[in-house]
Amino acid sequence: MTTAIELAAVDKVYPGNNPVTALWKIDLSIADGEFAALLGPSGCGKSTLLNMVAGFESVSGGALSVYGGPVSQPGPDRAVVFQEAALFPWLSVWENVVFGPKVQGLAPEQYEARARETLKLVGLENFHKHLPVQLSGGMKQRVGIARVLVMEPKLLLMDEPFGALDAQTRLTMQQLLLDVWQQLRKTVIFVTHDIDEAILLADVIYIMSARPGRIQSRIPVDLPRPRNLDTLTDQHFNDFKKRIMQEMRHDAH
Amino acid sequence: MSLPSVQRGGRRAVLALILPVACIALWQWLGSYGFLVEGVIPTPFKVAEAWKVWAFGAGGFTLNPYSGTWWSNLVFSTQRVGQGYLLAILVGVPMGVLIGWSRIAAQLVDPSIQWLRPIPITAWLPFSIALFGIKDFGAIFLITLGAFYPIVVNTTQGARDVDKNLVRAALMMGAGSGQLLRRVILPAALPSVFTGLRIGLGIAWTAVIVAEMVAVKSGLGYVLWDAYYVGRMDVVIADMVSIGLMGYLSDRLVVFVEGRVLTWRRLQSH
Repeated sequence: MTTAIELAAVDKVYPGNNPVTALWKIDLSIADGEFAALLGPSGCGKSTLLNMVAGFESVSGGALSVYGGPVSQPGPDRAVVFQEAALFPWLSVWENVVFGPKVQGLAPEQYEARARETLKLVGLENFHKHLPVQLSGGMKQRVGIARVLVMEPKLLLMDEPFGALDAQTRLTMQQLLLDVWQQLRKTVIFVTHDIDEAILLADVIYIMSARPGRIQSRIPVDLPRPRNLDTLTDQHFNDFKKRIMQEMRHDAH
Repeated sequence: MSLPSVQRGGRRAVLALILPVACIALWQWLGSYGFLVEGVIPTPFKVAEAWKVWAFGAGGFTLNPYSGTWWSNLVFSTQRVGQGYLLAILVGVPMGVLIGWSRIAAQLVDPSIQWLRPIPITAWLPFSIALFGIKDFGAIFLITLGAFYPIVVNTTQGARDVDKNLVRAALMMGAGSGQLLRRVILPAALPSVFTGLRIGLGIAWTAVIVAEMVAVKSGLGYVLWDAYYVGRMDVVIADMVSIGLMGYLSDRLVVFVEGRVLTWRRLQSH
């Protein structure tokens, strides 16, 4: 199996009068096509880790590589889905989704069919002309997912994408992501503090702890795929959840 | 439009008109009963008469400069405001976007702008006349300068306050610096830009009147000062009303354009 993302002893230190060590000696290896969840309390640096892979923030020490190459800046091969969707409020749903291909200089015939398909995949085929402000939180995040899928990235970086949604919508979006992933099999890093969400979605969970942020344990999720929301009430699921909760409590002491 | 909203609009118009109508009535009444010195403050009726002659009277080779010349003077001033204002936008908006976005551009240009800004445009008058003479461009220079400051300052603020995640999203999708400025920073800054545009327009009208009073021989500002010298206070007041009207109409035009351009913003505030 090829390695998609490799972190070797990566540190992140914010300099200043009181330097803050956000991440300390992170070793991480995510295989191609793997769905990895970073699970941890706020302040454990999981978003910082994601931002470094995305190229938004630099690495202070150690080595970070994506498909064997170094990361120097953000780029369409490492697509990011933000927590608040971060859509351009002045652009319609359609314009938001074709933004990537457009700025990359592709001709309309190279992306329009794919953009239509992608919008259909996330269930927004009837909302092309809507502005983000006219959409609900869940629909905004569908656009956020569609606009990165349309770029056919190697890597999907998701930073608590459903964290701001209500419980009902969150479940719908989790199901949607499971379906999409089942079809496309992208490599994903999914940041969350929701244990259920991590178990439901991921192949492997990295449990992180805070001050300084580090990886406490790596737990493969051996629940069978394809999964759906019924998985959440499965006996295996509960056993698994118990194990992870013990692991996290263990850290608190 | 539904009936209640028509009624609301009608009531608002009536309320808005009470004060001006009352003032004009009082003014007319005071004048009619001889409480006002006629050479200094003519009655509204006299002002309307003078304005009628100024606007619709015979023009051409009459000895009266305030007959049939209203329109041409209005056009002179409006053209100058239009040209100077457009120039201020063309310079101010791109510069503001750059200053707001790039720290180096900010450090390079922003201090100079802040040092020059406290010099009122009236203080630039002698300099402008010395440089450009009694010509159109002297007025346009002052208008541009006056409108430039609020436009550049507000655009800078808007470009500085752009949501960090929007910038990150654009970079992640492969936008280069030029595309980032044009497709993200500028549209995100537009609400602030329009604030600057409206303030700048007000200053542009101030500037054109000042410039025409001193540095040019035509336009509403020129007529204003000229009419005062020959004691035509009725024309002076008619001129003032004309300036106010043009300032108001041009501001409505900017607000109209703002509404069209910033639909997303209007929907957001509901």
